[in-house]
Formats: sequence, C-alpha cells, structure tokens
Amino acid sequence: MNESSPRHVAGHVPVLRLGDVLLVTLQGDLYDSAAQQLQQDLAETIAHSRVTGVVIDISGVEVVDSFLGRVLAEIAAQAELLAARTVVAGMRPAVAITLVELGLSLPGLRTALTTEAALELLDRPIVTPRSGGRRQERP
Amino acid sequence: MHTAAGAEARLPIRSDMDLVWVRQHVRQAAALIGFGLVDQTKLVTAASELARNTLVHGGGGQMEAARVSEHGTEGLRLVFTDTGPGIADLDRALSDGYTSGDGLGMGLGGARRLVHDFEVVSSPESGTTVRVTSWVTRPPRPREES
Repeated sequence: MNESSPRHVAGHVPVLRLGDVLLVTLQGDLYDSAAQQLQQDLAETIAHSRVTGVVIDISGVEVVDSFLGRVLAEIAAQAELLAARTVVAGMRPAVAITLVELGLSLPGLRTALTTEAALELLDRPIVTPRSGGRRQERP
Repeated sequence: MHTAAGAEARLPIRSDMDLVWVRQHVRQAAALIGFGLVDQTKLVTAASELARNTLVHGGGGQMEAARVSEHGTEGLRLVFTDTGPGIADLDRALSDGYTSGDGLGMGLGGARRLVHDFEVVSSPESGTTVRVTSWVTRPPRPREES
C-alpha cells in the first residue's frame, strides 16, 4: 500500500460567505463522499444563512465526471428550491469538451468564465426563471 | 514532487479514495505517453466512470494500465475487472440514460464515446471486464460497425 496521500485531494470543501453569496472553491480531485457532503452542507447553509446566491469555482478542477456533474446539477436545483441561484464558474475548456462528449451538457446549470463574472451575474435581477419564460399572471 | 513510475500499474478499486488514485495514475500515465490536455481529460474521465462502475456495480475490483504500441502509434490501455454479478442487458447498459439507480446513466455509454477502442465482456459467472484503449494520435480508420 502506498502511504502518501494523492496530490490535491479535497476531503472537505470550505464554504465562504461573501455578503449574500456563498463562495465554494473546488480544488484538485474530490472524493465522492466529499462532494456529497458538500451538497448536504450547502443546502443547510443556504437555508440558515438566507443567502440569495451560490458561486462554485471549479477552475482548479481537472476532471468532472458524471458523478460530479450530477452533484453540481443537484446543488443548483436544491439552491433554486431554497430561493438561491447558483453559478458554476471557471470550467476548464478540456472539461467542457469532455462533458459534451460524455453526453452531459447540464442545460440547467448557469455558468460564468470567472468568479467575478459569476458574482456580477448574481447581482442582476432575475429576468428568466428556470422554466425559461416569465411567470404567467393569472387570467 | 511525485515521480510517475511509468504507465504500468495494477490498482485496487475498493473505495472512493481508490477512484482518486485511478484518476491520478491515468492522468500521469497519459501525460507520460504524450497525450494532449484534452485527450488526457477524456481518458481520465472515462477511467473515472468505469472505475466507479467497478466499485458500485461490480462490488469492487481492479484496474490494470499498460502502455501499448501499434503501427508506431503509442497508446494507453486500461482494463477494469470485477467479479460482481455481471451486466444483465449489455445493450441497454450501453445506451444513454440507462441507470441502475444512481448517476445520470452516462457511465458505460459515455465512457465508450471518450475512448478510441472499447470492449466489454460480462457474465454472471465471471463478472465484468471492460477494456479501453486510446491512442496518442488517432490514425485514420474506417468507422467500426457497432
């Protein structure tokens, strides 16, 4: 058995609060269990801290497989139900190419090229809800 | 600084920690053989999908990695083996959207699209073996019938 731990492995993901936004920075290679823990932690934190946005910076992530892709999509869906919007920031080009080839284009996920752009996106008023159209007034 | 001991390795797949080792070995081996960044990423992602199948559906197993060479082209071959219950309906398991519980149903079919050569043998008696190979520069070849 190799005793040293693999490089850049995240066993626990820190969640930072910046005003109304939670900032999560994923770095290196993530255990499945750490990703699932993050998913639960974020739901709790959003509910308690009443933030309106979540930014997940994945610029330090070399690989997004279907498991991590699903976790990201579910985090965004959960946040939406808890009245917060999620933006995934900084996806590497090689990761985007691979996700599309894998068949996982994650249509429900908002993205931005940088964390700054993600924060700007969250600053704007909500124009389109996730269904894609404006809420219909009752006739 | 880690020194890659080469592309050859046999790694156990028994926990989500082992999945990390598999990804890191495949990344290092692919870089060593000369794969570009996008092809490295595809191969590591495919390995991650297949290793997770081995862990979750096969009840654990192993991955063997080997450097291969054919007609002057260098490649990396990865063989995932488990002694689990096997895949009952292989055609269905390879189709998009099929899932036996968790995941988005992209595992096997998705992994197949990310590599050049893909072969799966599965039976209830001997478990499942998935053999994939990618080549540094894909030589032109007629499309395989599938």
